[in-house]
Amino acid sequence: MGNKQTTFTDEQFEAYQDCTFFTRKEILRLHGRYRELAPHLVPLDYTNNPDIKLPLTLLVSMPELKENPFRDRIVQTFSEDGQGNLSFNDFVDMFSALCESSSRELKTRYAFKIYDFNRDNFICKEDMEKTINKLTKGELTPEEVTLVCDKAIEEADLDGDSKLSFADFENMISKAPDFLSTFHVRI
Amino acid sequence: MARNVGFDQNPHYLEAGLESPVDEEGVHDSFSQLIAEQSQNGPPSDTAFELQELQRELDEEDRDNMSVPTTPEQEARGGLRRGRRYPERDGEAEQLSPLMGGRWSSATLRVLSSMPSRTIGRNRGAIISQYYNRTMQLRMRRHSRPSIRDLPHSSRPSLRGYRVELDYNETDARRQDHLVSNLQNLSVSDRVRMLQAMPLSVAEKSQLRRQVLQKEVSHPRSQIPCCSQLKYYVIIAARQAWYSWLSFLHSLQLWQVALKRVGGRFGTGVLSYFLFLKTLLFFNLFLFLVTGLFLVLPQAVHPPKPPAQKQVAFSGLELLTGGGYFSDSVMYYGYYSDSTLNQMCSESQAGCDHAQHGLSYNMPLAYFFTIGMSFFITCIILVYSMSKSFGQSFRIEKSHSMLAMKVFCSWDFKVIKKSSVALMSENIATQLKELLADVNLNHDNKTLSQKLCRLTVHCLAWTICIGSTVACVLAVHYLADHMHALRENPMRNTSDPLMREANLLAVPVVVSLINLLLPGLFNAAAWMEEYESPSVRTYVAIFRNLMLKVSVLGVLCYHWLGREAVASETMGLQCWESFVGQELYRFLLMDFVFTVLDTLLGEFLWRLFSEKVLKKSRRPVFDIARNVLELIYGQTLAWLGVLFTPLLPGVQIIKLLLLFYIKMGSVMLNCQAPRKPYRASQMTTIFITLLCFPSFLGATVCVTYTMWSITPSKSCGPFRGLNTMIQAGRLWVEQLKRVNPRLTWLATAHSYLVENPLFLFVAAGVFLIVIYFNTQVVGGQRKIIALLQEQIENEGEDKKFLIRQLQSTHEKKRNRPRQCSRQDSAC
Repeated sequence: MGNKQTTFTDEQFEAYQDCTFFTRKEILRLHGRYRELAPHLVPLDYTNNPDIKLPLTLLVSMPELKENPFRDRIVQTFSEDGQGNLSFNDFVDMFSALCESSSRELKTRYAFKIYDFNRDNFICKEDMEKTINKLTKGELTPEEVTLVCDKAIEEADLDGDSKLSFADFENMISKAPDFLSTFHVRI
Repeated sequence: MARNVGFDQNPHYLEAGLESPVDEEGVHDSFSQLIAEQSQNGPPSDTAFELQELQRELDEEDRDNMSVPTTPEQEARGGLRRGRRYPERDGEAEQLSPLMGGRWSSATLRVLSSMPSRTIGRNRGAIISQYYNRTMQLRMRRHSRPSIRDLPHSSRPSLRGYRVELDYNETDARRQDHLVSNLQNLSVSDRVRMLQAMPLSVAEKSQLRRQVLQKEVSHPRSQIPCCSQLKYYVIIAARQAWYSWLSFLHSLQLWQVALKRVGGRFGTGVLSYFLFLKTLLFFNLFLFLVTGLFLVLPQAVHPPKPPAQKQVAFSGLELLTGGGYFSDSVMYYGYYSDSTLNQMCSESQAGCDHAQHGLSYNMPLAYFFTIGMSFFITCIILVYSMSKSFGQSFRIEKSHSMLAMKVFCSWDFKVIKKSSVALMSENIATQLKELLADVNLNHDNKTLSQKLCRLTVHCLAWTICIGSTVACVLAVHYLADHMHALRENPMRNTSDPLMREANLLAVPVVVSLINLLLPGLFNAAAWMEEYESPSVRTYVAIFRNLMLKVSVLGVLCYHWLGREAVASETMGLQCWESFVGQELYRFLLMDFVFTVLDTLLGEFLWRLFSEKVLKKSRRPVFDIARNVLELIYGQTLAWLGVLFTPLLPGVQIIKLLLLFYIKMGSVMLNCQAPRKPYRASQMTTIFITLLCFPSFLGATVCVTYTMWSITPSKSCGPFRGLNTMIQAGRLWVEQLKRVNPRLTWLATAHSYLVENPLFLFVAAGVFLIVIYFNTQVVGGQRKIIALLQEQIENEGEDKKFLIRQLQSTHEKKRNRPRQCSRQDSAC
């Protein structure tokens, strides 16, 4: 086996295992993926928690995110500063929330944050329009987009303020059994 | 269904709203108190005062941070920033506040923007208090009750214990302390689950965890009684073991890269087929290990006396027919001995030294119990996975919010290939357009003639399907009879051994051909039909396919168990169980061969044909439902055959492995992503249910019937000489009673519970009652959901009412100083 350089201490591993849905080997694999984005920036030894953040541009070049229309929003949601610069902890957090064994509630919360483009804690009409445009990449005309937005908000809004709060969003998602399987990124 | 309770902008209504606290004093007594107090306050409220202070400190607006820990001042500042924005954009204030036609006062806006519903989920403090409430509930459920003082008080009893933390006087740090102490008091697994589910960043969660662990360390250990200490250590050790087991499983990475590639290119639907294959592989692996360990290995180590006839040499045809060289090997039932292995002394000798030759091994008993236990465990695993899958995908009420769901839930995040992503966008756009058209369209009632026409078309299609199924079943029945007669009558039998072997393959080939061709006919019949929705079409197709397979298997089982088993003597069959085992082996193999042929012809050649000859770029689409039903059919055969061929799970494993790679290659080369939407989780639930109900249940019923009623053959197998296979168990119990009189209770229990059919009736009755109760519970829950939705709408109304009142109060306050200054009198 040779000279094994430790990447994380045991305590760090235990903390990761308790706070995320990953096991030891997966954390190491994630570290490898994080490191290969910028090998000269990211050290191999993370035992003293170096404060290194990778920019948005590097992260959205990952094959898992490259073609995703929401890649910018996903990375921004999990970044601490909201600009998309992820430390390794944020990186792990992102893939843990999007993994297969993640809980429905966690996924719903983060999905709400991702789709909330203007970050006002509501999915308003503009947010929905942006979402639909990203989804369909210009296949729908602007009138159709507006119509879809209006109808969707009408369907899902429960307390009648013409935008979706987290409670409305959660209620709608709870009726969609496919959400758990589609809101899943394999790493 | 969400009612769009819009605000009436009628000024008369607004005025009426303003007047209501005065008018309806009896009802809104508490509110009028509050509002009266509010309006009497000369200086602004605490919050507003604080905000005014901070306003001077603000330099510039910066973007809101999301997960940075905020103190209440920062929270208010955040609110203020938002509040500041609104008055600046004067023209847009009306657009932003759909609640009223007029403009909001900035004070109202400030209060509005710090409402819990706008900060929950973003503010760290709100998340912590929410999880504090949750851990409190969990503790109460787990019986480690907190003191009454810790419970939050609220003016509305209905909100007690719900998400909203109403005690705003608590600082953030105190809330965190409460949460940490609650987490400490939970069990380790609950704590980990809570931590994992919290929507905070990993750094914050590990900080919380560190605090919890530190607090634990600081508690003197001697105070905790040693048995709970021991329990604690045991639990920690168990968790470590569980994590290392999970790590090991993940490191195996069975096909992980291939599955990711398929998911990345074709999406969740096609991926679910391969995941189902993987699940079946694990089931078969389990069966193979159990039978291998308890049946095959002991028998292989102690082979029985070689039979009188010469051993047949190995020729290649054995792999196809399963006979010849294999017929007298560990593979089939007939090879297994009916005595206790390794027992050199008979029962009558007392003081028999068993240790002389190692452990003795009662083969018939082992056979009986191994098969029984493996079926029982498989049943438990199946029911558990079915219920879990059901729980995830079953929804009590029909959802009306199709469009919203389509927008938010239809993007498959697993797809990473560019062309597939483009295809998916196109699909989603088409579906949205279709949904819009549906919504806009008024569904005209079809005229009577149109309805009648549709009905006739449906009847015709169903007649075709049922007719062809019945025809094929009869064909199989007569063919099997013919083969039976051929074997019975040695004169009509050809002397050529090759022909004889080929005759054995006739029925399997015909059945596989039927399974291949008839679904195509069903598809053609369905093509002319009109369905309300594509999911109904899929369900009907699955049902027809299932009906075909179930009837064919039913006829075959009748032949094997009803005819061959009973009339084995006349046929000159030494060992009907081995023969049935061989038949099942042949069926399994032919099924595999024809699936491979279908993949080659249906997908590969079709793609070449359509590209070269038709010059179209439309590749064939992978038919998920049909392929999964094929898998289920193969698995049913394997389960049917375990009793007669203990090595059949091994054959099935090899078949599944080969099938995986062949199908994977074919899909990547030849197919394109599906165009129609595929509800992966619902379909997975259906497939697991189909695996459990017709497939596994049918196999269990057949095996139980075989064990219970059919006489085993007299000259081969572990149960020769007995009346039924179950008798082996009875004999063992009696033997036990003889050897050890203290175990008489076991024998009596056995005779009352297992032998007595009354017990089974009672058990079935209890199950039915339980099912009835659960259906009633579901009905009750539906009613509760309707009530809760009404309550949410009412709360929405309340909120609007309060906001209006707040606004009117602020307006009055604003107007009063002006009035005072105008009138120039004491106010």
